[in-house]
Amino acid sequence: MTKAHDVLFRTLADPTRRAIFERLCRKGEQTVGALTAQAGVSQPAVSKHLAALKLAGLVRDRHEGRQTHYSAQLGALAPLIDWTSRMTGFWQGRFDDLENLLKRMDQ
Amino acid sequence: MSESETRSIVVERELPHPPEKIWRALTQPHLIEEWLMKNDFKPAVNHRFTLRGDWGAVDCRVLSMEPHKSLSYTWGAMGLESVVSWTLTPTATGTHLRMEQTGFRPDQNQAYQGAKFGWQRFLANLEQVLARTE
Repeated sequence: MTKAHDVLFRTLADPTRRAIFERLCRKGEQTVGALTAQAGVSQPAVSKHLAALKLAGLVRDRHEGRQTHYSAQLGALAPLIDWTSRMTGFWQGRFDDLENLLKRMDQ
Repeated sequence: MSESETRSIVVERELPHPPEKIWRALTQPHLIEEWLMKNDFKPAVNHRFTLRGDWGAVDCRVLSMEPHKSLSYTWGAMGLESVVSWTLTPTATGTHLRMEQTGFRPDQNQAYQGAKFGWQRFLANLEQVLARTE
């Protein structure tokens, strides 16, 4: 697994963080306050999750006055949703297992 | 991208085993299970079978087969249909095994986009995978 995958996987494995990200995907740009109102956790916790999402490239922030608006960056999901690369990895693994099986099989 | 162009992937490998032996691994259910997934495969054209993995199922139908030489079946998963084709070519030292999976045509792009946004389900599975690997 590549490092980029690793960061994405780890970032999105947290259910609260993923819920915040999914809300941004569904509803578009949101302020920290609006996200906190629905997240069921404190604003500092939401801000911490947003910082992690930003680090993974999954959200972008925009400052407007005293408010910070966050939006989802779907492009950052590309490594996860690229069908071709995912399937190639899948088949490479299957070929490895097939080779192991052939070694164990009788002629 | 031309109208007829499809997304496809190719994985090839030189194997130090005769085609007959590899054919068994590709077509006998208990052997398929060892390297691919649990299945109810039968070597018969038009036979419908299901591959079952931890993460879900793949619906398949045998399209064509020529014993010890070639095998192809449809591969339907997450609302997308593709075709998996196996080709076995004898070599001096064994067999050249080629797998080609041909994906979606541009006119299936809507389904492709749909699958892209089916990632929520994928991520839900991911959580379980991570829980197991930690």
